[in-house]
Amino acid sequence: MEFLISLQLNSLKMFIVIAFMLAGIAVGYLFRRWKFRFINGLIITLIWLLLFLLGLEVGTNENVVRQFGKLGFEAFLLAFAGTLGSVIAAWILWISTKNKKASK
Amino acid sequence: MKGSLIILSFFATGLLLGIFRWFPIGWFENDYSFYVLCALMFSVGISIGNDPTSIRQFRSLNPRFIFLPLMTILGTFAGILVVSFFLKNRSVNECMAVGSGFGYYSLSSILITQYKGIELGTIALLANIMREVLTLLFAPWMVKYFGKLSPISAGGATTMDTTFPIIVKNSGKDFAIVSIYQGFVVDFSVPFLVTFFCSL
Repeated sequence: MEFLISLQLNSLKMFIVIAFMLAGIAVGYLFRRWKFRFINGLIITLIWLLLFLLGLEVGTNENVVRQFGKLGFEAFLLAFAGTLGSVIAAWILWISTKNKKASK
Repeated sequence: MKGSLIILSFFATGLLLGIFRWFPIGWFENDYSFYVLCALMFSVGISIGNDPTSIRQFRSLNPRFIFLPLMTILGTFAGILVVSFFLKNRSVNECMAVGSGFGYYSLSSILITQYKGIELGTIALLANIMREVLTLLFAPWMVKYFGKLSPISAGGATTMDTTFPIIVKNSGKDFAIVSIYQGFVVDFSVPFLVTFFCSL
């Protein structure tokens, strides 16, 4: 079975993505005298575009669309429980670091 | 919340256009989303490098954050374990295998399809897409009530690519390095954990 999803990456692409971010950091640092006022607007626009493309990829995946009614609820329960569990675990770690700071 | 609704509406628009095929055929021959992601990461990089305080704050991060990937994995398993008791037609191991995708839907769904068949593979695909979308939508809310680490945990294996910009936006630029580290470790664990739970 092949999924038409290319948004998530293989390891080569992952390194390319990280390299782009490091290059961005270098550029931002070299030109730190300039204030890139447009950058936050650009970031949010690109996020919208990426989410639009994610929607397109999910929507054109016939297997996902066809099975959604049958398996969607089960998948949602698992997604919600896993996400909530990890959020609570991260909260515990967050609180433990805060308390350490306070006791110092 | 308004920001999340806008994001959701872009996702929904793409979804509808995809379902009803209202776009040029053969469009995905080109890897557009990858180019957009590269442009996005470059822009996020500029905003980090351009901010003199963000680089200094990297050094003041708490060393305990090194345990975050472990918390992500254990927290996910705890949540899945609880809900697996309500899913009577699925075994605990099957539920754990789906949870072990940590949002990495392409890899986890392909592996689970190979090991356990197309139905559980499709559940893995849907559940892990939903995890990514939940993170993108509720990151501001998570930061508000559960601290700055929570959207990083929620993003699971995706926090070094697709959910990274949202995390930086909500947790702050000084958490960029935590997000990349966490994503790298969890991403690496996905094939091992999925295979482990499918073989039980």
